[in-house]
Amino acid sequence: MEHLAELILIAVGAAVISNFVLTNFVGICPFIGVSRRVDMAFGMGCAVTFVISIAALLSWTFTWFILRPGAPLMTWIVRTVTGDPAATSDLMILSYIVYIFVIASSVQLVEMYVRKFHRSLYKSFGVYLPLITTNCAILFACLKIMAYVTDPKELWGLDKALVLAIFGGVGFTIAIVIMAGIREELDHCDVPASLKGAAITLIVAGILAMAFMGFSGVDANLRQAMLPDKAPAATQPATQPAAKHLAAAPWPGVYPRSSRKGPTESP
Amino acid sequence: MANDAPTPLERFLRGILPENPVYRQLLGMCPTLAVTSGMREAMTMAGAVTFVLLCANVLISLIRGLLKPHLRILVFTLTIATFVTIADRFLSAFLPEMSHKLGPYVPLIIVNCIIICRCEVCASRQSIPAAAADAIGQSLGFALALASIATVREVLGSGSWFGVELVSESLWPRWGIMLLPPGAFLTLGVLLGGANWVSNRRSVRRPVATTEG
Repeated sequence: MEHLAELILIAVGAAVISNFVLTNFVGICPFIGVSRRVDMAFGMGCAVTFVISIAALLSWTFTWFILRPGAPLMTWIVRTVTGDPAATSDLMILSYIVYIFVIASSVQLVEMYVRKFHRSLYKSFGVYLPLITTNCAILFACLKIMAYVTDPKELWGLDKALVLAIFGGVGFTIAIVIMAGIREELDHCDVPASLKGAAITLIVAGILAMAFMGFSGVDANLRQAMLPDKAPAATQPATQPAAKHLAAAPWPGVYPRSSRKGPTESP
Repeated sequence: MANDAPTPLERFLRGILPENPVYRQLLGMCPTLAVTSGMREAMTMAGAVTFVLLCANVLISLIRGLLKPHLRILVFTLTIATFVTIADRFLSAFLPEMSHKLGPYVPLIIVNCIIICRCEVCASRQSIPAAAADAIGQSLGFALALASIATVREVLGSGSWFGVELVSESLWPRWGIMLLPPGAFLTLGVLLGGANWVSNRRSVRRPVATTEG
């Protein structure tokens, strides 16, 4: 039950509270480039969610068994080769190269599989699949999972990693579909010539991001509701919602400290 | 090479304003939005991108004869990933606080479209001096774009520049929103509109920047 509650918290956090696009700024290129029509945006979102889950599965496996300090498989190999029973391995220096290799090859594999077995799906995905290799959202998900898997306090299992990845993809889909819906309406508006295209999209994204900031603090409330005994810090979630959310983020330093007492964050 | 091929100097100058990676080509938007809440972060990021772009461009230019068409993107990304690992380790060793602040955005340089695009468009076809000049020009353009956005955000959001306070909080109430994600989107949107407006008025070669991502 407690485990399920943690999974729900991770899912909500990845999908809306720290949305990949609107809070973490990853996947901006497709967000601007492929958000003209709702059906295209939905296709892109599904493709990203699909690839992100596969990449997360593979990168978790590599991190857990091979890369992380004291990983079982590598440690066994090192001990067998050197004959030293106390030897340990730490291959984290290779992590970025391994992740990008995993992402590039999983995109390639997914493309081959879909082309062979799902012709109609391939026709709708076809354009986007190769683009996904350079989509930062996927590498971002892998890095986030890495941060949790190697953190001795967290040591995430595969279930948590997959939930984070899938709901991160869902969050990306939500953001890009909302954006596409707005842009379809924008076509009928009289936008100033110099703002047409990317500029107005970014401004709309800013307003959307403001709306999504309304979700910050939801996780503290949820945690209190589901795990009342394990949430000592969540007694007054409404006082500083953004600060709570930032403290829960894996990289608390992404935003400067002074932002926590900004005028917009007062309750 | 045809005689319309630009000299290294022209490539260098072209990257700064006429083909600015952020404002004209709309590349590398993720770091542009994510690390521009202050000038220090922005300049560290620009330095890291410069290092990676220069090294990757020179190396790709060196091995351009060996590249196979279907494997070249993979070779590019692996080369870039190697240099990004170096940059990341360097930052966490010598600037640990900054490395912590930039967090995942240093490794995300690997998938920065600017670098892959320059490797593909320039380095895999040109000699080493041309590739190096191109890399430095594009990085300067990127740094300039980051600096413009970071200046707006830091001055409005925390009343300081490079961490030096310009106006006291009683004179200038801080716009906290500028330091948060919405501020990044709004600033870049408005600045991009301004850049388009200026270039429309001057009617330089291409009137409106393409919107392809």
